[in-house]
Amino acid sequence: MNGMISMAYLFSAVMFILSLGGLSSHETARRGNVYGMVGMAVAIIATIAGIVAGAYWMVAIAMAVGAVIGLSLAKRVAMAQMPQMVALLHSFVGLAAVLIGWSGYLDPRIALTGAEHIVHNTEIYVGIFIGAITLTGSIIAFGKLQGLISGKPLMLPARHWLNLAAILACVVLGALFIPADVSGGTVINLLVMTSIALLLGIHLIAAIGGADMPVVISMLNSYSGWAAAATGFMLSNDLLIVVGALVGSSGAILSYIMCKGMNRSFVSVILGGFGSDGGEVAEGEIEGEVVATSFDELAADLEAADSVIIVPGFGMAVAHAQQAVSDLTDKLRKMGKTVRFGIHPVAGRLPGHMNVLLAEANVPYDIVLEMEEINDDFPDTDLVLVIGANDTVNPDAVEKPGSPIAGMPVLEVWKAGKVVVLKRSMASGYAGVANPLFYKENARMLFGDAKDSLQSVIGKLNG
Amino acid sequence: MIIAIPKESAPGEARVAATPESVRRLRDLGFSVVVEQGAGVAASFTDETYSEAGAEIRPSIAECLQDANLVLKVQAPTDAEIDLIPSGATLIAFLKPAQSEALLQKLAERNINALAVESIPRISRAQKMDALSSMANIAGYRAVIEAAHNFGRFFTGQITAAGKIPPAKVLVIGAGVAGLSAIGTAKSMGAVVRAFDTRAEVREQVESMGAEFLTVDIEEEGSGQGGYAKEMSKAFIDAEMALFREQAKEADIVITTALIPGKPAPKLWLADMVDSMADGSVVVDLAAENGGNCDYTVPHEKVVKSGVTIIGYTNLPSRAATQSSRLYSTNLAHLLSDLTPEKNGEIALNFDDEVIRGATVVKEGEITWPPPPPKVSAQPKPAPEKKAEPQVAEEKPAKKTSPFSILAFWLIAGGLLMWLGRAAPAEFVSHFTVFVLAIFVGWQVIWNVTHALHTPLMSVTNAISGIVIVGALLQVGSTGSGLVTLLAFVAVLVASINIFGGFFVTYRMLKMFRR
Repeated sequence: MNGMISMAYLFSAVMFILSLGGLSSHETARRGNVYGMVGMAVAIIATIAGIVAGAYWMVAIAMAVGAVIGLSLAKRVAMAQMPQMVALLHSFVGLAAVLIGWSGYLDPRIALTGAEHIVHNTEIYVGIFIGAITLTGSIIAFGKLQGLISGKPLMLPARHWLNLAAILACVVLGALFIPADVSGGTVINLLVMTSIALLLGIHLIAAIGGADMPVVISMLNSYSGWAAAATGFMLSNDLLIVVGALVGSSGAILSYIMCKGMNRSFVSVILGGFGSDGGEVAEGEIEGEVVATSFDELAADLEAADSVIIVPGFGMAVAHAQQAVSDLTDKLRKMGKTVRFGIHPVAGRLPGHMNVLLAEANVPYDIVLEMEEINDDFPDTDLVLVIGANDTVNPDAVEKPGSPIAGMPVLEVWKAGKVVVLKRSMASGYAGVANPLFYKENARMLFGDAKDSLQSVIGKLNG
Repeated sequence: MIIAIPKESAPGEARVAATPESVRRLRDLGFSVVVEQGAGVAASFTDETYSEAGAEIRPSIAECLQDANLVLKVQAPTDAEIDLIPSGATLIAFLKPAQSEALLQKLAERNINALAVESIPRISRAQKMDALSSMANIAGYRAVIEAAHNFGRFFTGQITAAGKIPPAKVLVIGAGVAGLSAIGTAKSMGAVVRAFDTRAEVREQVESMGAEFLTVDIEEEGSGQGGYAKEMSKAFIDAEMALFREQAKEADIVITTALIPGKPAPKLWLADMVDSMADGSVVVDLAAENGGNCDYTVPHEKVVKSGVTIIGYTNLPSRAATQSSRLYSTNLAHLLSDLTPEKNGEIALNFDDEVIRGATVVKEGEITWPPPPPKVSAQPKPAPEKKAEPQVAEEKPAKKTSPFSILAFWLIAGGLLMWLGRAAPAEFVSHFTVFVLAIFVGWQVIWNVTHALHTPLMSVTNAISGIVIVGALLQVGSTGSGLVTLLAFVAVLVASINIFGGFFVTYRMLKMFRR
């Protein structure tokens, strides 16, 4: 029986690896998702059929309630809200890891001694620690993305020391907890550590600004994986270990890619305090003046252009303008123009967020290109529409070594014949840096809500 | 401002600096255009078509230039022509600034501003005005045509009732614009094409044109500044020569295009190579104007040496004058549109513009050639004074690849593993093995995921991490403790939210992606 369960677990582990591998291209992505579902189903059925003795009704109730909640959440969520949704789901993994850690600790059946006891307690301790940070950290990230909490970084005095103190306290408590047997004292140790870790999760994420949320979410994704792996160690379950390691390294790679997209080190993002909501413009005079354009003028520009590149940013998601963007794309393509999209790696609040939004609005994915694929084409492009992007198209990153965003790879839209920026106001982006793009000679501004503006422009296009 | 288009006076020059089409573009920029009578005839553009495009036709060069503010030419003007250009006017032409100091001096004395089209920096923004490339493209095409004309056989292989015809073997030396163009032309005519270049990075371009890329067994990167090659070491050249001697026995047609800026053309196709070629073979030397790549080349001439025809014609673009005039005039129109940002027919020699600064060789009586070195646009921190010290560049790779730090890392990692293996129970060790291997599997798999799918990836990994449900299942109801059961029950519930929610939302997202 045990052998069969192990094989079933092996099967699911393979399925999960294929699932992640399947997501490497659009063609195989759906199959990958199905592999994941199959792997999960096999793992759960094998566990219930093989190991769980009795209490079937409790399992059934818990899973049914969970399924209803999960499906209804997933069904209702708008694509623009994906970052929040993912953050919320991460918090569930964290919560589950904490709960399992605690019940593993309190489980009276387990009586180990010597090194095994120490290892087991370490695993419980680490699992709960990571799980707790993931739990509260994800809730804070959710709050920030949902707008329930301000996107500004929370800058407590001596915040690095606070974090350090919290981690040290956890280490000390761990040293006391791990060798000891179950008793009232150690339970309190574990409780105190759990609360410290919960607070640490809140504080860590609260100190990170809204612009860095893509990194935060992929980092939390990674944490939730490590939490699952720690749980696997605690329960001596290889499947959990494998899956935890897969998810953990996946999240770590995504965070790394995001950090590279912003040319910042992972440490500086985690230490926080960078991105804030709008706010003051950094020092430094910009020459030139901002020229506003009109719907008629933009429509005429679009008609005159042969090749158009659209650069969307988080502002498109805020304005829910993706459908209007898609309509405009359709119309321009029917008029025989080349329309493509340039996506910056950190556009939006989730890795790949813009791609999902555009896909939702039925934009074909083969005209949606990555920054490296399209950056060389700007000089040959007649018109670039920047919709709600700001820092990702800031020429300072390339031209001004002293700028806070210097060295960050950006979409070099200003090299095109003409750039029209759709924007609500002149406020600066999340990095709080002024954008000299708006002052360039070939740049025009179209102020107003992106969705309304685009619809007006579409109305004025002939063809 | 008035743009004057005089007729080219150089012998054999059939090109013209403006076509009726480009006249229209120039007028759109706000200029009026004056064309000398018969200026375009050699390139098959009649005076009538210029008139229709809105140009004024003037019968003589003197009248054409008398009130010009801007003179567009192909070749550098003669002294007599310079005297006709009004002082203060601007001249744009191929001026060869490196070799023609006297010309620049004279232009400066006469207070004529001059832009040399070959000095336009080769950066991506200036590609649309890169007349050198347009002309090289035609030269490469024409080189193959000239070769075919002088070659007594078919290019393509055929099997006919009258016997089997082997395909011609073409060797192209130097895969710049001209070389690539020659490769493409020869290939499309059916020849077997091989190409050699000292710059390894052009291999892909060569192969994409359908030619075989020849290499020597010496690693040396031949890329110099601005897309040109640099001079190579002695050992490399020896190996290169050995390769060429081998090829000489097989090649029917050799097209040489090797140029190093500011130096005479390197001698690559030596006398003994020509001698070992079969009778009736053809060598086309596109570097003839700079002394030639072939020992036997006579500039401007076609000669036959030991049965091999060696073509040293210097102005191949002029032999396809209609096409080259079209391309050249379009390049000039692009340049002028950058020179007249206001589109009001007034040019501004704005020295802050890298392209205009690079092209301008005489301004207000001062010779402004050579221009400051081009800056690389993608450079994150332009710190020129630091760049001069070579150590700065060397430090970085040393940091990256120090073998000691790698060794130290693995020693420490190995030591830790050993300690863990000694201290931890056997079961933990086996789990740890699985854990580390799984991390590497994940690492390999995830790198392949395209950026566009990162959000679905995240939600699917999220759903998958709901696998902690297995842990909760193991605990639920299997003990007597009510607290444990309750905790496990809640854990099953939240993990289920994750599993169902995560997979479903991924499904929803993936469904939307369409081609």
